[in-house]
Amino acid sequence: MLLPAERKWYHQAATYALLIGGLVIVAVPFIYMVSTSLKPQQYTFEYPPRLLPSEVTLNNYVQALSKDLFFLYFLNSLVVAVATTAATVLISSLLAYAFSRLEFPGREPLFYLLLLGMMIPPVTLIIPQFLVAKTFRLLNSYAGLVVVYVTMNLSMQTFLLRGFFESIPSELEDAVRIDGGSQWTMFWHIILPLSRPGLATVAIFTFLYSWDEFPWAHVAIKETTRRTLPIAIALFQNQHLTQWGQVFAASVVALLPVIAVFVLFQRYFIRGIARSGLKG
Amino acid sequence: MTTRGMIETFPTRLCTLVRSAFRARMAYLFLLPGLALFTLFVVYPMLYSLRISFYDWNIIRPERSAFVGLDNYATILQDPIFRRAVLNTLAYTLVTVPAQIVLALIVALLLDQEIRGRTFFRVAYYLPVITSWVIVTLIFEYLFNSQAGLVNYLLRDVLHLVDEPIRWLADPILTMVPIHLLGIWKGVGWSAIILLAALQEIPADLLEAAAVDGAGPWQRLRHVTLPLLRPTLVFLLVVLVIGGLNVYISVLLITDGGRPLDLTHSVLTLMYKETFDRLNFSGGAAISYLLTAFVFVISLLQIRLLRRRVEY
Repeated sequence: MLLPAERKWYHQAATYALLIGGLVIVAVPFIYMVSTSLKPQQYTFEYPPRLLPSEVTLNNYVQALSKDLFFLYFLNSLVVAVATTAATVLISSLLAYAFSRLEFPGREPLFYLLLLGMMIPPVTLIIPQFLVAKTFRLLNSYAGLVVVYVTMNLSMQTFLLRGFFESIPSELEDAVRIDGGSQWTMFWHIILPLSRPGLATVAIFTFLYSWDEFPWAHVAIKETTRRTLPIAIALFQNQHLTQWGQVFAASVVALLPVIAVFVLFQRYFIRGIARSGLKG
Repeated sequence: MTTRGMIETFPTRLCTLVRSAFRARMAYLFLLPGLALFTLFVVYPMLYSLRISFYDWNIIRPERSAFVGLDNYATILQDPIFRRAVLNTLAYTLVTVPAQIVLALIVALLLDQEIRGRTFFRVAYYLPVITSWVIVTLIFEYLFNSQAGLVNYLLRDVLHLVDEPIRWLADPILTMVPIHLLGIWKGVGWSAIILLAALQEIPADLLEAAAVDGAGPWQRLRHVTLPLLRPTLVFLLVVLVIGGLNVYISVLLITDGGRPLDLTHSVLTLMYKETFDRLNFSGGAAISYLLTAFVFVISLLQIRLLRRRVEY
């Protein structure tokens, strides 16, 4: 808003004050979660509440992680999220390539049909999806989660990638075409390598979605050993209503991969969004 | 055109279409995996639940279901619980969407400057976005609990605004406070990142030129920056309104599925309860379709009324 030349020291100071104020609001719930996970059970409802634990213990972690097949749930979530992410990146970039670079009858109507997918509340599709999944014997399986997660991501991610692909200059393709390259060569060797920030953005969105998804997993998975983390944590909280320390210990562990993925990919993230169809 | 002319042109046109489709067969191969999944898990389910919504659906023996026309819709629309759920959902959307956009704009403007620790701030502000809804909802439940929650402690013992701890999670109106605050708290980072990306696209010389012409910071914000952000703001508005009308997990977990007395439902938690607790599949499908239609109309209206082309 202010140009560099106009900036005074008090502008700087105000900027930092506001940013740090916001940071406190963002951070306090997280700090509270971590500190409660480190408090002994009897301090969970201590009054006045303390932001930092007076006594630190890892007991909640030991308890939560040894309970209820926690590691299995973690592994389930990881397998599903990785498979969903890989499949979504591939399938939605195929779609986006066709919609941004190829001419074919039905291009516009098909694209609008796909966009319609962004407006439908996912929960409203659950009943028939359940019936379809049952027909194909996909209930209680990784595959049943992955196919639905990929499908629910297609509209948004294709839209995002199409914008991204369109920002790649077409001169490059003309060069490939003159050299006799096929559409596939173009897609695989030119467009995809040039789109890394876009693909990273899609990967982040999809991984987070899959790691977080609750309603479909809640319906599609009834077998205990196939549960993913959100289901496990919600049920855990229901069963152990006052054991907030353990609930939060499990939550902290569930949060770690997400933070890792985000920190790893974040430098692509803003660039990816800036060039995608996302800013309208 | 004569009848004969039409008879001749139709097959010719069909031929041209088939031929160009054949020439573009590679394109359909690119589309095949995606559209197959989309048809199976989105298009078919949409049509299926539309059909269910016109029947008194028999789950065990679908072929015995009776066609009832619009009865399910009529029943739902007259149901006071549904009306309450609609009000709750509209209130959630009207509160959380503007709050998210305004706060996100402030954060984005602050982050769009030469400051130290930019990456750190960006990651930190995005943390609530990437945290699972289930986890953040549990955290908020804990912060707002009436026994020893941080919020009550601050209100009573630090700020002395209340004498008794407030029972946030037991009262149908007060429950909206943690739910709305959670929606805003979790959403700001996402909008801020998208606005930040858009801000960085605005050419610096435009702002400098405005400054040379004597425009102060506020005037530049109003007459240069905001108009250029317009497409992004419209996009955010549309997406956030859709998200707000679809509020689900936080309400489900905080109100435990509509407690007390089904007064705290959002449209989707009610739909879920109707379908899976009461096994009223037709009613659930009708609720789904009412919501989808509403979302569709609202989105189109917003895009029609607000979108204008902007040239840099």
